[in-house]
Amino acid sequence: MGREFITGAEAIVRGAIDAGCDFFAGYPITPATPILLGMMRELPRAGGVAIQGEDEIASIGFCIGAAMAGRRALTATSGPGISLYSENLGLAVMAEVPLVVVDVQRMGPATGGATTVAQGDVQFVRWGTSGGYSVIALAPTNAAECYRLTMKAFDLAERFRTPVFVLTDKEVALTQETVDAGDFVPEPVRGRRTAAPEAEFVPYRFEQLSDVPAAAPIGGPHLVRVNTSTHDERGFLTKDPAKVDRLNRHLAAKVEAFAEEIALAEADLQPEARTLVIAYGITARAMRGAVREARRRGAAVSALTPYTLWPVPERLIGQAALGVERVVVAELNRGQYLREVGRAVLRAACSVGVRPPAVEGLFRVDGETISPAEILDAILREGELRA
Amino acid sequence: MSATPTATAKPARSPGERPSFLDPAALPFGFCPGCGHGRILEALDQALVRLGRDPQRVVIVTDIGCVGLSDRYFRTNSFHGLHGRSVTYATGIKLADPDLTVVVLMGDGGAGIGGHHLINAARRNVGVTLLVFNNLNFGMTGGQHSVTTPAGGRTSTTPGGNLERPLDLCATVAANGAGWVGRTTVFDRALPERIFEALTHPGFALLDIWELCTAYYVPNNRFSKAALEQTLSELQMPVGVLVGGSGGDGQGGTGRTGRQEYAAALRQAAQEARGQAGEQARPQAGDAAGEPERDGRNGRDAAALPRARRPAPLEPRYAASLRGRLGLVVAGAAGQKVRSSVGLVGRAAVLSGLWATQRDDYPVTVMSGHSVSELVLDTAPVEYTGISSPEVLVLLAPEGLKQVKRWLTSPGGAGAARIYVEAALLDQIPEAARRRVHVLDTRPLRSRIGAKNTALAALAAVIRQEGWLPLEALEAAAALDPRPELRAQNLGAIAAGCELALE
Repeated sequence: MGREFITGAEAIVRGAIDAGCDFFAGYPITPATPILLGMMRELPRAGGVAIQGEDEIASIGFCIGAAMAGRRALTATSGPGISLYSENLGLAVMAEVPLVVVDVQRMGPATGGATTVAQGDVQFVRWGTSGGYSVIALAPTNAAECYRLTMKAFDLAERFRTPVFVLTDKEVALTQETVDAGDFVPEPVRGRRTAAPEAEFVPYRFEQLSDVPAAAPIGGPHLVRVNTSTHDERGFLTKDPAKVDRLNRHLAAKVEAFAEEIALAEADLQPEARTLVIAYGITARAMRGAVREARRRGAAVSALTPYTLWPVPERLIGQAALGVERVVVAELNRGQYLREVGRAVLRAACSVGVRPPAVEGLFRVDGETISPAEILDAILREGELRA
Repeated sequence: MSATPTATAKPARSPGERPSFLDPAALPFGFCPGCGHGRILEALDQALVRLGRDPQRVVIVTDIGCVGLSDRYFRTNSFHGLHGRSVTYATGIKLADPDLTVVVLMGDGGAGIGGHHLINAARRNVGVTLLVFNNLNFGMTGGQHSVTTPAGGRTSTTPGGNLERPLDLCATVAANGAGWVGRTTVFDRALPERIFEALTHPGFALLDIWELCTAYYVPNNRFSKAALEQTLSELQMPVGVLVGGSGGDGQGGTGRTGRQEYAAALRQAAQEARGQAGEQARPQAGDAAGEPERDGRNGRDAAALPRARRPAPLEPRYAASLRGRLGLVVAGAAGQKVRSSVGLVGRAAVLSGLWATQRDDYPVTVMSGHSVSELVLDTAPVEYTGISSPEVLVLLAPEGLKQVKRWLTSPGGAGAARIYVEAALLDQIPEAARRRVHVLDTRPLRSRIGAKNTALAALAAVIRQEGWLPLEALEAAAALDPRPELRAQNLGAIAAGCELALE
């Protein structure tokens, strides 16, 4: 089997094209620019449209318009650009627009460090627009996963008609690495559920709160009414409390009810483990080496890599944490996912009536990655205490 | 968006039996008495009827403000989005399906907050028609001044009179390439005709329609039809078709600039790109062949897509001698092709069955300053990509050396195990590190292979000395470059490096 030497950004481009992406708009920003360049180069050849917008707001606006005209749309940016996407992300939630957004995280706040790695956007993508809503975010740890999870992001965006984030970082996106060519095999991507051409079409009709309305492309057989204001099932602005209530509950339920289906994680568990380490993105790679070394030295330790960060894979985290005395969450921020892990672990422990493990964070916000040695230290510190 | 205007006492003219895109069930219009919005919407309806398109092929994109209530009256596709961003959604829709008729309805407020998008849509000549409902202030939020409020105009945010000059929307987009530009007032009997002209222009068209806000601007300024016309005159903002009118050079369907409409231009460029690549295109929405078939998976199946141009995988066919993990740091300067040379070593490693990661560091000024690449090689897949202390450090320029000094001077002896240094940099190596140093001198090679290729020559020499992988693998990696000139340069550099003496 052949291999490739490829960056995460290139793998994202490839994953998008193999997922049937046929519209891209973006604006240059380090470290997400290689995705813009790749899409501008490759997408027209694959029959799609790629455009550099005049700014980030225009870029995501183009994507939203194209998505509602039936395209599978992608945009890619970093912290400052995600900040400018904020209002339109709310539109994409409210108007039920399928859209994949790549956030190549760099050091923030503000312009921060353009070429400096960070994982500081974890809570921002979750709560980055007004009103409160549910979001899906996937975090790859290497180039092969960039490919696979970008395809998955399109599948989920189309399935749930909602923005889906591929939350990566400068290191994963820009590092070239060896990948088995066999890891670049396209997987089926579901399209959005479309309304039958002959049937009556009601743009925002759903029976159960968690149902996703059938879609029809603007310009297709049905008249389509897209509305970013609170709307009734026909897409007309409404302030009717019953309708507004049902709409808001629906927007949350259509994601939250499927949290189990969306949850992806890699669990490497040991039954006797006292410590569970949790890390995602670039930090998970350091964790794997540290855990292997700790085991070589005789420690029993478990590791969990969540690929789905939002909705939080609570059941998977809870299961992994049952029986351990301590959970260590390693991340390149000051504990953004630690708080989610803490909740999940507490809930899991309460549900079976056991004492919850201690949950602690291992953070770095100096622009360097967390090394395996640091994580090993955290694991063995516990081992020594026990011994 | 605070309050919704209450229903008007004056009923709008019923569309009756004549063909209409207006929805009788939604009428009458809910705008304030005397507001011009309803009149513009009726004129738009007449223009659309005359255009004669299938309503399914018409999209009305509305901005925010009272004008944002307009889409509900039309039996067409509609898109109601964010304040000021309506042109961006319209552009996305047009690019997705270039044969749609896309109309944007925007107030002067939206033209202010989204002015950047107006300029750029005009500059691109994207085929959307923009009608500005210009009533000189914000109606929906209570009569604040907008970018088009005349100087001296009294609004709730300019109680002493507006100090700002009003934005000339028409001149702005005209100066930036709009194919069709017109200005008129809601009192113009030819309003339907003007809108029709704008709609039939294939590129970007803007019609600036001045009207009265009877809730705010009229009472606050004792404004009237006469005052509106007087203001236009004082501002020397002419009415009529200002750019690309019939009889002018707008004939021939490409507007005054002779430029192609943007969505069509983009589609043509993509087709040419595909032609050059010799690849079969997927059907485009709006192509003559019609809509792509849409099934439950939206007509797309990843496996059936044309393959994009992709490099052939690297087949490991050389034997590496390296066992375990090795960190290599190459520190040079811009212009030495450090990154691409290290990339070739990475590919050579892959061709030798090793796993590799490469991280690069360079300043934003890519043509000056340092260029440092970190390469991790391993017999197993590389997880952690960082290098705490490199086994091998290659120093090629003072700019790079400055970045990696920590690996020369570590007090605990944690510095690089082996250091390869350009002869000219030797005096910058601390005494303590000298015993780990090999000196290489690429200066004599410069005239033969060019200064920009000396990094690769140095790396070839290092590989020859270190023996992690055969030099044939490096040559094979270089030979894969599809660009003949670069391929020859790189192969020449490797050959020269193989002969380079190391002290």
